Amino acid sequence: MTRVASMALATAGALLLQGCAGWQSALDPKGPAASELAWLIWFFTGLSALVWVLVMIALVVPLMMRSRAQAEPLAIDAGADGRKLRVVMTAVGLTALILVGLTLLSFFANRTLAAIGSDASLTIRVTGHQWWWEVRYEDATPSRILTTANEIHIPAGEPVRLLLTSTDVIHSFWIPSLSGKLDLIPGHMNVLDLKADKPGVYRGQCAEFCGAQHANMGTFIIAEPRAKFDAWWNDQLQPAAAPTADEAKAGEELFLKRPCVMCHRIGGTPAGGTVAPDLTHLASRQTLAAGTLTMSRGNLAAWIADPQGIKPGSHMPVVELSGDELNAVVAYLEGLK
Amino acid sequence: MSSADLASERDLPPEREASVKGDIAPEHDGPRDTGMDDAGLHRWLTRTWRTPPGIIGALSSVDHKVIARRYLITAFVFLCLGGLNAVAMRIQLSGPQRGLIGPDLYNQLFTMHGVTMMFLFAVPIVQATGIYLVPLMVGTRNIAFPRLNAFSYWIYVSGGIFAWVSFALNMAPDVGWFAYVPLSGPEFAPGKRADVWAQMITYTEVSSLAVAVATIVTVFKQRAPGMSLDRIPLYVWAMLVTSFVVVFAMPAVMITSTFLILDRLVGTHIFNPAEGGDALLFQHLFWFFGHPEVYIIFLPATGMISAIIPVFARRPVFGHLGLVLSLIAVGFLSFGLWVHHMFATGLPKLGASFFTASSMMIAIPNGVQIFCWLATLWDGRPVIRTPLLFVFGFFFIFVIGGLTGVMLASVPLDLQVHDTYFVVAHFHYVLIGGSVFPLLGAAYFWFPKISGRMMSERLGRWHFWLAFIGFNAAFFPMHLVGLWGMPRRVYTYPAELGWGNINLFISAGAVVFFLSFVLFTFNLAHGALKGALAGDNPWDAGTLEWATSSPPPSYNFARIPIVTHGEPLWAEREALPVATGLRVDVRELLISTVAEAHPDIREKSATPSIWPLLAAIAVGGTFVYSIFTPWAVAWGAAPIAITLIGWFWPKGDPEDEE
Repeated sequence: MTRVASMALATAGALLLQGCAGWQSALDPKGPAASELAWLIWFFTGLSALVWVLVMIALVVPLMMRSRAQAEPLAIDAGADGRKLRVVMTAVGLTALILVGLTLLSFFANRTLAAIGSDASLTIRVTGHQWWWEVRYEDATPSRILTTANEIHIPAGEPVRLLLTSTDVIHSFWIPSLSGKLDLIPGHMNVLDLKADKPGVYRGQCAEFCGAQHANMGTFIIAEPRAKFDAWWNDQLQPAAAPTADEAKAGEELFLKRPCVMCHRIGGTPAGGTVAPDLTHLASRQTLAAGTLTMSRGNLAAWIADPQGIKPGSHMPVVELSGDELNAVVAYLEGLK
Repeated sequence: MSSADLASERDLPPEREASVKGDIAPEHDGPRDTGMDDAGLHRWLTRTWRTPPGIIGALSSVDHKVIARRYLITAFVFLCLGGLNAVAMRIQLSGPQRGLIGPDLYNQLFTMHGVTMMFLFAVPIVQATGIYLVPLMVGTRNIAFPRLNAFSYWIYVSGGIFAWVSFALNMAPDVGWFAYVPLSGPEFAPGKRADVWAQMITYTEVSSLAVAVATIVTVFKQRAPGMSLDRIPLYVWAMLVTSFVVVFAMPAVMITSTFLILDRLVGTHIFNPAEGGDALLFQHLFWFFGHPEVYIIFLPATGMISAIIPVFARRPVFGHLGLVLSLIAVGFLSFGLWVHHMFATGLPKLGASFFTASSMMIAIPNGVQIFCWLATLWDGRPVIRTPLLFVFGFFFIFVIGGLTGVMLASVPLDLQVHDTYFVVAHFHYVLIGGSVFPLLGAAYFWFPKISGRMMSERLGRWHFWLAFIGFNAAFFPMHLVGLWGMPRRVYTYPAELGWGNINLFISAGAVVFFLSFVLFTFNLAHGALKGALAGDNPWDAGTLEWATSSPPPSYNFARIPIVTHGEPLWAEREALPVATGLRVDVRELLISTVAEAHPDIREKSATPSIWPLLAAIAVGGTFVYSIFTPWAVAWGAAPIAITLIGWFWPKGDPEDEE
């Protein structure tokens, strides 16, 4: 049994090293909340491992020390049982003490987490949809309110406040390297404060089962220096760039004539749908279809031509387009920087 | 109702003598076992208690052992089906972006896996074990309400068939085993899939409630004379506490599933936030059942461990009273933890912290149990046989699951691991380690009693090591992949997250674990056909089920034993004292008092009847019909009423004479 255990531990160790390199890992914290939680995870794990080893010793060592079975099952040594009772009571007392300690520890960790967002500089409303994220930057000036999708830019080193809700089913917002998860529940509003210590791209995905494409509902937090973030916000507020090339112009016309316009919005054009992601600056994003594909001309074409092949069950319908038409639409969308 | 007129062949201890009322049985009452020779007694009792021959006879059986065997085999079939679901999922997840199984099928697979394992395997199999063993362990001839017991089986099997036929028709539930609204509500789950989930819950809950009621009454009223509360075997205590938990927990989930059906079928808006309903209400109601459910599965397994360890440690269990109190404490506390499944829903932080404390607290009685079992094993070198190996496996695995459970009880920590593969690892460690390993140990332990033959010890060891290694290889790495950010219930994952290799390893482990069950099935079949004959008491155990032959006769005990010790067969090495005075020409039980188990009255036990089957068909038909129209309740009432009238039609038995 011990041999198997050590083998398991060795395997686990090897795998652990591999996994820490991940960019969606609770063990690779990049913000104060995740750091606090990673510390908590390691502390609980260490203590649990210790307790487990002690229990295993209490099981295995007496097995190896004794050589023969009790002869008569009812002949119990009352003195020995009295000593055992003391051992058992001590163990129960220690268990209770450890549990009280862990309860207090988790209570105080919770207080630390709650303090992170007390001076949040930015409020972002994140609304869950099957199977993408609507992201709205709140601002006192109505003209500065910005709506985008799936990728959340934040200033690095500053706490931000996310207001989480949903219009359809329950989703859960989770960026493991920055913070624990919180549900997006229709009819409820949850508040999640988080902070990224350094600039970087932090991946997350929906953590509450939400239907057919739960697996492909990724999101990114893109933390940038403040100046770069402000510039990004200003850029995103601009209406979409008007197409210049003929092919792209044809693509815009097709977009506005075909069913695309029913669901998507493109700022500066008549397209004003709100049930699907805002495409005003689509090409400035890193991924397509909520983290499913990387942004490229080829992937754009693939996604439009075969959404049900790439995300079976997704609400993006197939829009019949000829090869030339598809190329034109892609050329137009590709220009929406 | 006749007053008890039992005379014991041996003098009862003085404090119990007073309760044995009446004199010698009046002659007109029918023949009794008093003074009858063994061969004659056997003939009489067999004729009275046997299951009638023929197919109708078999379908009419109310023998708790026959019903339990059917339950056990059916639950085992569902275990295999649920296991096949899991293997299919593991093949799909063995690498990133595999295209073997699409989301539509995958979502049905994991829902069916969860539903099958929880409702069609785990709960029924622990209850079935109880149906078989509890009457034998308390020394009675049949379970209380034997027809209700038969009815419960038919309802259970029809619910299981209903779910799996739905799966075959591509209309299995695909909303997860806890089917959260609004995802399972009318707007986001069109079709009948979510209704199948809700209605299957109703089937299995009706059946487990019936078994729970029968178990409680059997334990309280049918114990052999002298089996006072402190002499009840721990396994029976565990089944008693479990049955109470069932009685209080199951109604919550029946309300949940009924509300869901009302929302879907009648257009109520109980869970619809747009109309003033609340989506979170569903979660509260579900987990108020859902957390005790875990203990419904786990507590019987602790009873099995408490039965197995003393036999192989060759001494009575250490801390009997502490273990009983722990069982009761766990039963109560299990109702105060449900919110720890909902920490990520954004509940008020202080309120959530209370549930951290209560969830931590339940580790104390569970710790008491673990420590008492360990202390039992400290006396001498235990006899290491396959059942004990599985108990060792339980310690190794379950303690890990319990400790990760403590991690999940912490609100902040839970927010990182909730709904990830860490949780998947945790509950498989708890449920497989805490329940399936003890069940496998129990299978080896009680197989000789049920079949009369031993299972192979050599194959048993192979089976244990295969299961142990396969299980840990499959589930230990899930802790890690969960911490690396892999959510549960995803049908695929991108290659760039680096989860491919570890998932391949997990899948390989899952296949090994599955193979261990193939070996187990072979060992079962081999043991049943060619195993060495077991004899009455192959392990030299101390409890009453080993006092009768293997397999037990239809009437369980030729004469009702009198219990003088917590381990009666160890205390009375030559022969158990017995009570006599029961009639042999009709099915008669000895009813005893709740606390002291004084013999109190004689009571008839129900005879075989086809009506429970017909009633189950009527009820089951109504359930299926009612996912299509609410009028099914009205249409179904008539056939159900007819079958119940047939069931309870007074026969004019001289049951209540005198």
